Amino acid sequence: MLNQAYYDKTDEIIASHGLTQAALIPIIQDIQAEYRYLPPELLSYVASKLSIDEAKAYSVATFYENFSFEPKGKYIIKVCNGTACHVRKSVSILERLYSELGLSEEKATTDDMMFTLETVSCLGACGLAPVLTVNDKVYPAMTPDAAAELIRELRGA
Amino acid sequence: MSYMTINNRRVEFTDEKNVLSVIRKSGIDLPTFCYHSELSTYGACRMCVVEDDRGRIFASCSETPRDKMVIYTNTPRLKHHRKMIIELLLASHCRDCTTCTKNGVCVLQKLSRQLGIKEVRFENNKKQLPKDLSSECIIRDPNKCILCGDCVRTCDEIQGMGILDFAFRGSKMQVTTAFNKDLAQTDCVGCGQCRAVCPTGAITIKQDIERVWEALSDPKIRVVVQIAPAVRVAVGDKFGIPKGENVLGRLVAALRRIGFDEVYDTNFGADLTVMEESKELVERLESGDNLPLFTSCCPAWVKFCENRYPQFRKKISTCRSPQEMFGALIKEEARMDEAGDSRKTVVVSIMPCTAKKAEITRPEHFNEGEQNVDYVLTTTEASRMIQESGIDLSQVEPEALDMPFGISSGAGAIFGVTGGVTEAVLRRLMNSDRAEDLEAISFTGVRGVDGIKEASVKLGDRDVKIAVVNGLKCASEVLDKIEAGEIYYDFVEVMACKRGCITGGGQPVPIGPRTKKARVEGLYKIDKLAQIKLSSQNPIVATVYDGILKGKEHKLLHNER
Amino acid sequence: MMKKIENREVLEQIRQTSREQMNKSKCRVLICAGTGCLSGGSGAIYDRMCELVGEHPDVEVHFGPEIAHGDGEIGVKKSGCHGFCEMGPLMRIEPQGILYTKVKLEDCEEIFHRTIEKGEPIRHLLFKRDGIEYQRQEEIPFYKKQTRNVLKNCGHIDAEHIEEYLSIGGYEALEKALFDMKPEEVVSEISESNLRGRGGGGFPTGYKWSQVAGQKEKIRYVVCNGDEGDPGAFMDRSIMEGDPHKMIEGIMIAAYAVGAREGYIYVRAEYPLAISRLKRAIEQAEECGLLGEHILGTDFSFHLHINKGAGAFVCGEGSALTASIEGSRGMPRVKPPRTVEQGLFGKPTVLNNVETFANVPMIITEGAQWFKGIGPEKSPGTKAFALTGSVNHTGLIEVPMGTTLREVIYDIGGGIKGDGEFKAVQIGGPSGGCLITPHLDVNLDFDSLKKMGAMIGSGGLVVMDDSTCMVEVARFFMNFTQNESCGKCVPCREGTKRMLEILERIVEGKGKPEDLDLLEELATTITETALCGLGKSAALPVMSTLKLFRDEYVEHVVDKKCASHNCSALRRFIISPERCKGCSKCARNCPADAISGRIKEPYVIDNDKCIKCGACESACAFGAIHIEG
Repeated sequence: MLNQAYYDKTDEIIASHGLTQAALIPIIQDIQAEYRYLPPELLSYVASKLSIDEAKAYSVATFYENFSFEPKGKYIIKVCNGTACHVRKSVSILERLYSELGLSEEKATTDDMMFTLETVSCLGACGLAPVLTVNDKVYPAMTPDAAAELIRELRGA
Repeated sequence: MSYMTINNRRVEFTDEKNVLSVIRKSGIDLPTFCYHSELSTYGACRMCVVEDDRGRIFASCSETPRDKMVIYTNTPRLKHHRKMIIELLLASHCRDCTTCTKNGVCVLQKLSRQLGIKEVRFENNKKQLPKDLSSECIIRDPNKCILCGDCVRTCDEIQGMGILDFAFRGSKMQVTTAFNKDLAQTDCVGCGQCRAVCPTGAITIKQDIERVWEALSDPKIRVVVQIAPAVRVAVGDKFGIPKGENVLGRLVAALRRIGFDEVYDTNFGADLTVMEESKELVERLESGDNLPLFTSCCPAWVKFCENRYPQFRKKISTCRSPQEMFGALIKEEARMDEAGDSRKTVVVSIMPCTAKKAEITRPEHFNEGEQNVDYVLTTTEASRMIQESGIDLSQVEPEALDMPFGISSGAGAIFGVTGGVTEAVLRRLMNSDRAEDLEAISFTGVRGVDGIKEASVKLGDRDVKIAVVNGLKCASEVLDKIEAGEIYYDFVEVMACKRGCITGGGQPVPIGPRTKKARVEGLYKIDKLAQIKLSSQNPIVATVYDGILKGKEHKLLHNER
Repeated sequence: MMKKIENREVLEQIRQTSREQMNKSKCRVLICAGTGCLSGGSGAIYDRMCELVGEHPDVEVHFGPEIAHGDGEIGVKKSGCHGFCEMGPLMRIEPQGILYTKVKLEDCEEIFHRTIEKGEPIRHLLFKRDGIEYQRQEEIPFYKKQTRNVLKNCGHIDAEHIEEYLSIGGYEALEKALFDMKPEEVVSEISESNLRGRGGGGFPTGYKWSQVAGQKEKIRYVVCNGDEGDPGAFMDRSIMEGDPHKMIEGIMIAAYAVGAREGYIYVRAEYPLAISRLKRAIEQAEECGLLGEHILGTDFSFHLHINKGAGAFVCGEGSALTASIEGSRGMPRVKPPRTVEQGLFGKPTVLNNVETFANVPMIITEGAQWFKGIGPEKSPGTKAFALTGSVNHTGLIEVPMGTTLREVIYDIGGGIKGDGEFKAVQIGGPSGGCLITPHLDVNLDFDSLKKMGAMIGSGGLVVMDDSTCMVEVARFFMNFTQNESCGKCVPCREGTKRMLEILERIVEGKGKPEDLDLLEELATTITETALCGLGKSAALPVMSTLKLFRDEYVEHVVDKKCASHNCSALRRFIISPERCKGCSKCARNCPADAISGRIKEPYVIDNDKCIKCGACESACAFGAIHIEG
């Protein structure tokens, strides 16, 4: 059960976008941004407020990659695997991060809720390949070692 | 007149909304999975692709017919693509065809046979998902789903329920409920319309055949069966009998051979319903309370109202549905020891409907701790039992129903089609069986295929405002308007399924436009040929009111809401 | 806050004052604040420069909003992307036009004392190539061969202040359209210019507008597609970040031309900077009355909204994009009805991409004839490309349509990186195909490329040298497409999955000869029967590589070899007995116990046990281990 504060915040977000179906995605984006995940209870809550079938809201939320029903870590690391990054060996960076963080393709978030590791198809920073981002900050020209060092820094921070 | 050239033959067309309709009109059965004329065009299966004279390939379901178009429906390229599509679908499909409920009626199976698929060159590495057995009405098997979306669109566009939708995307896409909940945890009303459009075994009827076989084989049990109006014009489908033909007599004979002890007609229950509902309407019109009176025959509608519009619950008629009235009567007769059979009585209903399976387990449909109806078999299950028994329905000599409940009126028969209940009630209230009066009622606007029909009928000095609704999305529309005070009705008939019970979720599929039409005509023909037109003129009705029902009308024929 | 611009005259006055303001400073320092340079540390460089010039009111540092257009004579603003991302962080110094590359924080002091105070260039920060030092940005070959029209202002103005855009003639085109042209004249000017959609298909923009303008329904929408999802493309991002008003002006002109009152910009969520710049630009335009009711005192009213994508490549497809704005799954729908008839919310909709809209103001100001003078007549104008991969200078470029691939790769891109040899260029991303050496002199324009079975797509150009495995490239794109398939139609959903499986099998050395035929069969069905444009083009990278590099596929399938050593499963590590000292380090590092031998004697690798991880190769101190072939 989520506490009332979550619902109050959601009401606030809904109020800023209105009650149309077109507001669904912006609303759940804001919820996701607020809590770094989309609590399923809140998705159902938004659906009922917007008079959208719950199945439809679920269908929308599962279609887009940005939404996650699982809580995410404090640092969301996205390793770019766009064409340019791929050509410049982004896979080895990803593999290093998996091993540093003890994560895998199936397990994206560390147990201490510090890190979530994802891949992204292209961040549009191809000139700087290979890149990764931590909470939207771009780190250019990465190497496996630099990535590991970055993790150590973030852990210390 | 515009025309197009299809496979070098000239085909004229007028207002067909797409090329596919023109092709089908010309007698070519172009295969599709996702096209249904009553649903929005989805265009996902790509089976209906055709080629034009410039070699362009396009899906005919979503192309507007243009004058002098030249198209080909069966070129080598098209054949290759269709085969490839089937092969791709089969590759991710649970291929336990021989043990599948849909064996023999599966569209995927049919098309792979038709197109001569010899091998599947891809491995089925799709993650197997659990079946959803939670509903009393239908079973969902996601492993057999080909993602055509027919159920999704039916549930949303026709029923306005939106219980099923797509989730995830790409090769991970599924059809499922919100958060993949069990159907029983959702607002699903069990209408089974998703099952009626599902081309594969992904959505099937919850089967009760085995339990009925058990009862039949138990010498200590007397098994009474009742047959719903819409069953008799559909059960012949699987036996090569022309669509819409009334096969009641053959069905009675077949059921006797299978071992049912007594075979009756739900139309008799319908006659009782007409009596009670007419009375209720008159009372409410007089008191002015709880109007409009909503019909209660359709369990999917009742559940829908409870789930989505609870504020209207009290306005639904307190009458039990015809099957429940009839079941209550049979069980009471047995309890009174008047059935002439001392064995335990089990009542089986053969219904066009999947929601009826859930109706019988509702607490208000118990009397003295006993279910009024023990098992519901859908038309499809009844067909299967007949086949299982090695009986060819088309070859059986018709037999008459058992007495005394084998007599019913034409008014009872038309319960199976939208507007039928209203028409039957109006006949009772007008209380005339003169041909011109009957015809006048049929022309008030209660007949026809529209989702919402309106009629106004003079009863005494009062204009009674009536709405006849079919399809739950239309029901929402009407309820919203009533709620908003935009319209007023005294009486509203609601059937969850389009055109009424004849397209029920338990009926044999496919139910194409021609089949629908034939079934409607079949029921009206039964009424036309019936000697008794009014429920009140059914002599047995009077007998039971004086007998079994005396003083127990409320207990047996009504329930509290 | 700027005052409300109520009419034409006020607009001109503001333009005048902004221009004067800009011309006041003796020296302008423009620090690139594009995504690339920011991540290279240009933020800190900006701070440092601000500190340094703090007491020099005649020097302007352009970057952040902190000291925005105040009363003082120092203006500090953000400039957009220069496109030369590879060499970032970039700093441009005006009036000399010096471009410093790879600027570090510690360079700031020197730049201030020498260049700003004394006007001297600092040689080690200048761009060098083939022994030549380039002082002025415009002389650098990367820029010299370009025609920067759409990207003209990117890197030269502060994208966060509308005054900057106004000072260089911003919103003149809108003004001209509103006061001197009827909507139908705007449409015919655009039609006359032969402007074609920059989003991929090259559909004539004017024709699209005229169709919307001709609809019976009076509620219409203009939608800007900024969902630039092709991996390897970032032109639209640069425009949105670097010159948002140009695109907004284009959208407004479209709205005026077709009679729309509402517009939407759909930007992918991966572009947060573009989103915030656009938000700011819209706010500023609203504040000064360039957006809203009765714009410049006319009857034209227009409101612009931003929709943030939520992570679905397919939303770059028109009907999927509008579905997404409507709050649904981004699944393309069947057509008809087309977007121009029933698009967003079921209303007639103009849907163009960022670069297309950014071309519009110039066409209105300079005229259709001017536009047609650039590039081939049927496919005129310039095109921005994202040049990436194995070229010396990657980055964002803009060239006239019809420029050859050779000019782009060798003149602008500076040729192939290192000592590799040109092998192919992948154009158009996951929807595109490959071009090889014989195609180097092909003109890059819609029609010429179509003839080659390739397409401009959104403009990604990934250059590949001979160290690239084309089968692996095909697998990469198929993996992308398969991941991004919406799942609606069978050929795309199931077909791409199977194609990917086959390609994965091939790069793992488990391919069968008949797999190549099966790939072709699948590709044909997908191409000819998929529902949407993205589906129809999903198999193109495979078809194209299969056609041009079939021998590579055969090599993988039959010989189980990958000549470029990209496919790790096909690598065979061998220990050179001459070099091996028998130290056993490789054996100790091997996780699979595949290396054996005796101390001080050459070790050997059992390739059946080897898992191709390469740990031995990195461990060997004598360079004795290498990949065979």
